[in-house]
Amino acid sequence: MEHTLNALALTQTPLAAGGDGEFHTPSISEFFPDAVLFEGTVFELNRIRIALVLVTLVIAALFAIAMRNPQRVPRGGQNVAETAIDFVRNSIALETLGRVKGTRYLPYLVTLFFFVLGANILAIVPGVNIAASSTIGLPFLLAMITWAIYHVDGVREHGLFGYIKVQTVVPGVPKALAPVVILLEALQALIIRPFSLMLRLLANMMAGHILLVLFFSGASYLLLHGGGLLPVAGAGSAVMGLAFTGFELFVAALQAYIFTLLTAMYINMAISHEH
Amino acid sequence: MSNILAAADAVSGNLNAIGYGLAAIGPGIGLGIMVGKTIEGMARQPEAAPMLRTTMFLGLAFIEVLALIGLVAGFLFQ
Repeated sequence: MEHTLNALALTQTPLAAGGDGEFHTPSISEFFPDAVLFEGTVFELNRIRIALVLVTLVIAALFAIAMRNPQRVPRGGQNVAETAIDFVRNSIALETLGRVKGTRYLPYLVTLFFFVLGANILAIVPGVNIAASSTIGLPFLLAMITWAIYHVDGVREHGLFGYIKVQTVVPGVPKALAPVVILLEALQALIIRPFSLMLRLLANMMAGHILLVLFFSGASYLLLHGGGLLPVAGAGSAVMGLAFTGFELFVAALQAYIFTLLTAMYINMAISHEH
Repeated sequence: MSNILAAADAVSGNLNAIGYGLAAIGPGIGLGIMVGKTIEGMARQPEAAPMLRTTMFLGLAFIEVLALIGLVAGFLFQ
């Protein structure tokens, strides 16, 4: 821990010095910018959180405006919103949960998909440049909500003991191995699923940000301070940075899709009657 | 012995980078096999493509998380 703090202090020094002629190494401290509003209280907001609040409002407003006066034959904004909802409905909800249950969970899945997508896309929004899901808080909260939903609905569907049986007992396992398998399945349902859900989103967005910082800071350093042929490499770095910005957009959408898909899968595993 | 120490001195940098490289090997192979097999399946039976694609993304999520844990571990255990 002390080591980490030392490393942070070291990487922060060039920043504090203004970064003139110094190569700015991407570091963990970037994910924790200084608080802007309500400093010292539980409602403390830094610029990432403010961007998250704004993106939430934007998504809510877009859907509210598009659906403000729904017509049977959709036009304009309503068309776009319905296409977006239809994507989640057809390729996630109905595909994994089936028609009846898929429709029941559709509001949560749609909300989850577009919220995660919005939070991820902040990674390439100029001025913010960091995904709200690249600090642990948001992925943790979303994974916990999913975790609570599938446990609560599983218990509602099967009763407590029935639910434990559905989640832990795998049919066709030899008797001698059964305790080990039950333990593993319980561990899976209780810890591994929410943990991997959280970590996948977090690490993807974190890695994307570090990659972009590395390319663009490398480009600016090599272009401004590099001697000889180094500015050429700097230009190459800038091109790579732009290419990876496009890749980040793809990753943002893919991760939102995967998060929602896995949520639907886990719900289906908890409430379905076949194992 | 002193040779080894000298060699250790000559190599500088962070061991975490090597750790991440090692962590990426397995998932890399896994992704290759998975995507290859999915394409094979799609080519044989194009009407099954949407189902195969969904299953592929599911598998991708499980394989990818191994590499990502490798990345996070590098930051955690400094």
